[in-house]
Amino acid sequence: MENLVYIALFAPFVGSLFASLFGMSERKIFVGIVASALIGLSFIASALLAFNLYTTETVVQVTMMDWISAGDFNVEFGFVIDQISVTMMTVVTLVSTIVHVYAVGYMDHDKSFNRFFSYLSAFVFSMMVLVMSDNFLGLFIGWEGVGVCSWLLVGFWYHKPDQDRKDNPSISPSWAANEAFIMNRIADLGMLIGIFILYWNTGSLQYDEVFAQLPYLNEAVLTAAAIALFIGAMGKSAQFPLHTWLTDAMEGPTPVSALIHAATMVTAGVFLVIRANPLYSMPEVAGVSFFIASLGTFVAFYAASMALVERDLKRIIAYSTLSQLGYMFAAAGLGAYWIALFHLAAHAFFKALLFLGGGNVMHAMHDELDLFKMGDLRKKMRGTWIYMTVASIALAGLPPLAGFWSKDAIIETAFNEHTYILWIMLVITAGMTAFYSFRQVFLSFHGEDRHTPLGFHPHEMYKFVLVAMSPLAVLAVITGWFMSTYKEFIYKIGESVQYEMSDHTHHLATYLGLLVIFFALSGIAYAYYKYARTGENAWKRSEKVENGFFYKLLINQYYVPKFYEEFITKPYAIISEKLWTEVDLKIVDATVDNIAKFLHNTGDKTRAMQTGNLSNYLNWMAVGGVILLLIAAISAMFV
Amino acid sequence: MIGLSHYLIVSALIFSIGLVGVLRRRNLLMLFFATEVMLNAVNIAFAAISHYYNDLTGQMFAFFIIAIAASEVAVGLGILIVLYKKHGSLDLDDLASMRG
Repeated sequence: MENLVYIALFAPFVGSLFASLFGMSERKIFVGIVASALIGLSFIASALLAFNLYTTETVVQVTMMDWISAGDFNVEFGFVIDQISVTMMTVVTLVSTIVHVYAVGYMDHDKSFNRFFSYLSAFVFSMMVLVMSDNFLGLFIGWEGVGVCSWLLVGFWYHKPDQDRKDNPSISPSWAANEAFIMNRIADLGMLIGIFILYWNTGSLQYDEVFAQLPYLNEAVLTAAAIALFIGAMGKSAQFPLHTWLTDAMEGPTPVSALIHAATMVTAGVFLVIRANPLYSMPEVAGVSFFIASLGTFVAFYAASMALVERDLKRIIAYSTLSQLGYMFAAAGLGAYWIALFHLAAHAFFKALLFLGGGNVMHAMHDELDLFKMGDLRKKMRGTWIYMTVASIALAGLPPLAGFWSKDAIIETAFNEHTYILWIMLVITAGMTAFYSFRQVFLSFHGEDRHTPLGFHPHEMYKFVLVAMSPLAVLAVITGWFMSTYKEFIYKIGESVQYEMSDHTHHLATYLGLLVIFFALSGIAYAYYKYARTGENAWKRSEKVENGFFYKLLINQYYVPKFYEEFITKPYAIISEKLWTEVDLKIVDATVDNIAKFLHNTGDKTRAMQTGNLSNYLNWMAVGGVILLLIAAISAMFV
Repeated sequence: MIGLSHYLIVSALIFSIGLVGVLRRRNLLMLFFATEVMLNAVNIAFAAISHYYNDLTGQMFAFFIIAIAASEVAVGLGILIVLYKKHGSLDLDDLASMRG
């Protein structure tokens, strides 16, 4: 078993190192194949571990080596394979494998092909460290590794120039990469503080030891730790107000977006909350948990509203990720941790499929992402059309696809907890989700052909790419059917993750489900009515709508990026400039410069002593002797 | 009665004379003399203090200094002769060849 753990963990790392050997040379197809194969190996190992855990019910815990040992402080490089981590491992490696294979086709023409694979595999490795670690410090290392790799990957096309915000809301890949990294750093500080608080009060970083001590801690400590850790989760999972980086991260190559949004990175925050569920289910931190649920619901609604009017294909999908993350936090905050984790897994499959399909469209349209320039693509891209439709149905939450079961369970949870406001918002959001995901499908694949007049000649993606995507399509359909099996599986971890609906909710479950389906269907119907018809009923852009207050508000993302720029970025730049010219140049630099100048001037002045005349030297020697004598005499007086 | 302090004063005076010689003289030979004067001033002080404390170590030290000074003069004078042969002068102002 131990070997399997190491294979699952280190195969991506080996793949990354292998690819990095060829980082500077031109495209070599075997680099992509080897990297994909190694991730595939990691997936097989993870799946075997999952199967083993399912059949034998023994949690595997391995310690690779002592890591830090200083005084009383001991941290080991240890890994734990329990129901939570094995779920994450399987999902992460499965999606990553498909994304890797996809990238072999997608990055075909890119001259930095090899470099891309070394980053991509390193990204997966970091995520594996994050989910497999059995202590908070290991999790933090993976957490930071994911941040660095996302920076490298989002800014992969760093040579693209900056654009105006009006033309491109995310300015440029390097700008977006920096934004993502800096926002995550801000949140990481919170996370680090949370880890410090836990260590300070429990004397350990090991999950089980920390959680065993929780009942003995007082309320203030628990609340502070819960808040600080959640701030970290907010950054990684892009919750309001640290959400703007997520949509801007669309500047990266599409496989990266798929990986960030589906399996790695953004799910890390949800994972953290689920991992720390003993902490968040303490009665003392009920307030924090409720806040998590409320924030999640708010973000679900908020992101969905922005997706309603977005024209950029990838950004719509990014908003949907944001929205679905909100659902996950809502579930986790309400105590239904296993439902959150199940939604995370289901979401990973259909979201990866959606992104990869979006990548196909982008590839076909020569990097054009504006939905208004597409239309009627289904005749030319049949495979992609089917995938996108399946994924969108799953996202919209129609039975029997994956999204329905998990999302419905979350909405039911909100009803069960008597948080009716959250429940109503989540139901409405479900309708909006259906609308915007089908708006996107109809605008790109149905309706009038708008791309041919603009000179686009789309072509379908390579066959092997479409075949590689098929497991995701299958999973996007069937995952939901295994919900009760999964429930049985994860319940073995202990009471803290168990969550049952009350009898009352149970009776109403069918009606609640039907209500959600009704909202979803009406969203789809409205999208069809508005965008999918052809001929004289075809959808046209209307000035009146686009100049409306709400449209402007939504398309500008509620002016939040503008607000950040005006009230944070610009003042910060001004302060930095002032500090540079006033403090740094005039105090710090000046001090250093003056020390050098003083030494130089002294040397320059005293150089005259060196006359070359022995007599002068002797005179100076005498002066020195007198000075020494004086010093001796003075010090003798004081002793 | 001549006490320790008298000897020390004489010693200090002779030392000062030697020091002034070292500082003011330009001729290397004179400088040598001046240093000898200073050394002997120290010897006087050693001998006087040694007698005062009834401890022979100081006088022994004076002998050592005399012996070392003699050998130093022997070497130094050898160098001076070579210098004189080379430059035809022992004046320090003429000998200055390095300037900072």
